[in-house]
Amino acid sequence: MNTLRRFFATPEGAAGAAILGMLVLIALFAPLLFPQDPLSIAGPPLLHPFTDWSLPLGTDRLGRDVLAGIVHGARTSLAVALAAALASIVVGATVGTIASFAGGLVDEALMRLVDAFQTVPGFLLALAFVSIVGPSLAVVVVAIALSAWTGPARIARAEVLSIRERDYVAAARVIGMRPSEIAFREILPNALPPVLALSAIIVASAILIEAALSFLGLGDPNRVTWGGMIAEGRTVLRSAPYLSIIPGIALVLAVLGVYLAGEGIVEATAARRGYT
Amino acid sequence: MPRALILLRRRLLTAIPVLLLVVIGTFFLLEAAGGDAVDAYIASTGGDAGLIEQLRHQWGLDQSAGARLAAYLWALAHLDLGWSVSFSRPIGEVIAERLPNTLLLMGSATALSFGLGSALGIVAGARPGSLRDRALSIGSLALYAVPGFWLGLVLTVIFAVQLRWLPLSGMETIASGKTGLARAADIARHLVLPVAALGFIYLALYLRTMRAAMAEAWRQDFVLAAKARGLLRRRIVLIHVARNALLPLVTVLGVQSAAMLGGSVVIETVFSIPGLGRLAQEAVASRDTPLLLGIILVSAVLVIAINLVVDLVYAMLDPRIGRDPGKLQGFRMRSGYRGKNSGEPA
Repeated sequence: MNTLRRFFATPEGAAGAAILGMLVLIALFAPLLFPQDPLSIAGPPLLHPFTDWSLPLGTDRLGRDVLAGIVHGARTSLAVALAAALASIVVGATVGTIASFAGGLVDEALMRLVDAFQTVPGFLLALAFVSIVGPSLAVVVVAIALSAWTGPARIARAEVLSIRERDYVAAARVIGMRPSEIAFREILPNALPPVLALSAIIVASAILIEAALSFLGLGDPNRVTWGGMIAEGRTVLRSAPYLSIIPGIALVLAVLGVYLAGEGIVEATAARRGYT
Repeated sequence: MPRALILLRRRLLTAIPVLLLVVIGTFFLLEAAGGDAVDAYIASTGGDAGLIEQLRHQWGLDQSAGARLAAYLWALAHLDLGWSVSFSRPIGEVIAERLPNTLLLMGSATALSFGLGSALGIVAGARPGSLRDRALSIGSLALYAVPGFWLGLVLTVIFAVQLRWLPLSGMETIASGKTGLARAADIARHLVLPVAALGFIYLALYLRTMRAAMAEAWRQDFVLAAKARGLLRRRIVLIHVARNALLPLVTVLGVQSAAMLGGSVVIETVFSIPGLGRLAQEAVASRDTPLLLGIILVSAVLVIAINLVVDLVYAMLDPRIGRDPGKLQGFRMRSGYRGKNSGEPA
């Protein structure tokens, strides 16, 4: 509870929480705010922002409501980023725990695998995966997780290495718990906090990768994405630059909100450990 | 043997299994994509069923997956990356043609983000916790939150469309007939916006690393000693604090090389620069999977090579590395590799 209060007391944490809270609300209530399909035509094409108050952010080349696109885009962006971060943390923490707990050849092999995944530029790997399997929301999530799980794996492994020698683990061994039970019920929960500290960076980079994939036309074609809107707007960059600029501002806000919240968490927990 | 050579040999030895895993990974992705090298070749050159059969047999593609993997490895060992359908040329040739442009873009962007980032990092780290420090830290975070392709578009709108100061896209003016210095100046003008878009994003990484390392260095005894000797503050900041904070920056240089290669895909697409990144986008658009995987392999090799150079530079800057085994283990842990007994409490 105290950590939570300290989190909101830091300017970064408060600002990040405000931005993220707003985005989450918008994403959750998107179908209520804009019940119409955001891909449907809402008015005349290329209506500039702030000229018609029923369409405050204007319309795109086909007359689709930009604000509705932004609101529904928040849904896609946040859903993909959270799912990808969750998947990479679960997979990474599991692999890291197995590696350090098994040790020896298993450890060596798993860590070389982590090296291999870190050697390939993450965005290229995601690009290749989506282009081979075909774009859909689930595939984009897996593609992002493919390159993001290595960070949690490394940290979980290092963390478990230091925890497994503690007394309570020895005690668990003495009372006859199975190694897998010790690994996942005694050690992993205690190794998680430093891994979770990484989650802000993972969520932020997931938002950016999803946007870049959609920008290159590899997002889910049946959904509005901010990256896709920017790519759409790019075709009329000279006459209607706002079409590319507005979704970009939404992206920057979302990513910045995540970073700020992450900073806040780091500061709040560092204060608890007395590192200020 | 000089310690640089020992280090080089050790790093090369760990790089081999990693590269092998990457190759096996790309092989499975190729298999998943369907269609083989013969389909690709026939699609671009034409041929009848008889030729297809003959080629499949000749290239060993009618054999088991294991044998095919062996053949794939054998071809790669001879630097043969396969055949590109969309270009009707060997993949190795196409990549070799595009690689220098990407290296030029990446090199310039790295120089920009390293130079400006560490300079601003010194400004921020000179007085940790000051208003200037906080402003720079938050500002760099905001910059780091900007998607590269969007920054590229915004810069284009401002400097190429509105102000018309700089060219819109491309690597150089087409058919301008320029040579020598005039051509170099032309290329430089074309590269200003893409280098800025790519370099500004990663600037934050250097700024924050420099700042954190300087905050750490301020707590060291030698800084206290320098203060006690009554040295000028400027001298303490630059000579004693900043210089000792430079080492972690070198590590960041290696770590972000992979990220920057990925970032160059969208930047090169936005600015139509004929580099490796744009080639990857073209490979996706024309569904040329072997070409895409060839690019991935070359990028992996590039990342390994860059990190190798970074490690050597690191060893050169820090004479403790590679001398006594205790220190070496510390170094290996930092760079992600583990010695036999390190990391485990006794």
